[in-house]
Amino acid sequence: MASAMIHVPASAKRGEVIQIKTLISHVMETGYRRTSLGAVIPRNILRLFVCTYNGQEVFRAELYPAIAANPYFAFNTIATESGTIVFTWSGDNGFSATESVAIKVE
Amino acid sequence: MRCAAFLLVLAIPAIAGEIPLSERRSGYDLMRQETRSIQDDDAANPGMLWVIEGKDLWNEKTDPGSRSCADCHGDASVSMKGVAARYPAFSAAAGRPVDLEQRINLCRTTQQHAAPLAFESRRLLAITAYVARQSRGMPIEMSSDPRSAPFLAAGREEFERRRGQLNLACTQCHDDNWGRHLGGSIIPQGHPTGYPIYRLEWQGLGSLQRRLRGCISGVRSEPYDYGAPQLVNLELYLMWRARGMVLESPAVRP
Repeated sequence: MASAMIHVPASAKRGEVIQIKTLISHVMETGYRRTSLGAVIPRNILRLFVCTYNGQEVFRAELYPAIAANPYFAFNTIATESGTIVFTWSGDNGFSATESVAIKVE
Repeated sequence: MRCAAFLLVLAIPAIAGEIPLSERRSGYDLMRQETRSIQDDDAANPGMLWVIEGKDLWNEKTDPGSRSCADCHGDASVSMKGVAARYPAFSAAAGRPVDLEQRINLCRTTQQHAAPLAFESRRLLAITAYVARQSRGMPIEMSSDPRSAPFLAAGREEFERRRGQLNLACTQCHDDNWGRHLGGSIIPQGHPTGYPIYRLEWQGLGSLQRRLRGCISGVRSEPYDYGAPQLVNLELYLMWRARGMVLESPAVRP
């Protein structure tokens, strides 16, 4: 299941610093654990998170096995103009999830 | 007479390890500020992922001809408000108290004609979390149903009985030594105020039964199976012991 929670202010003043918070459901299986029978549990992690604002990249994070399940990112950006903020997570086993949120800038 | 009164005062702490109502603390109060802030912010609380999934399941029909939870119960924010604060509750159909997960499964089998969801499955945790979320901020109110009384007494007996290779009873840690350290962790009083909880140690959401089984195997005792009457009795006693405390579901714990 890929479900994500995103919090972006619905509207902001031009030039205002806004906080964006994202949380996505993901197991972040490290690849270092074994089953009770000794078999390695294959790695299954997110590798990359990218946020674009009207097509321009404003935040990027690379993820590694030590990052906990259900990764949470909070970051700031400047509200420049009305438009769309797009969030993309990608990872092992062809995982890809995209969400977008509209923002109104006055 | 005076001597007898003095002896009585001395005797009370020895017979009752029970925490006075005014001194009860949620595990939340013993957490670091960083962990509290995860629970307090719905945008950061990973338990909310299950709540959101539970909302979808609430409105989903188990098969095309059947009814969804919402078809009978309507808006959960109205119909389920306060429900989690009074479970486990006596079920005439089961002939004994059932916890919230079992109640949901009873509804599935009798009303929705669907297969019960497995304990600890993501779907059952999600519906339970969604239902429990509707009671956040409400005090735990256990009914004084006389039919539940023997089960409550049995739960108390479970709580006070020594078990396992370490020969420890729940009460020895959670009544007598709360606030002290067990390894690097602070021993909480053990109030079930936030279930299902997101435990950072679990990296996921889990039920009170999962927590109890963890504690039981921790004292090197054979844990009861999920759904075992002994576990539900224990849940009933713990909720009674936490009566009046405020529900925090979905809570976050270390």
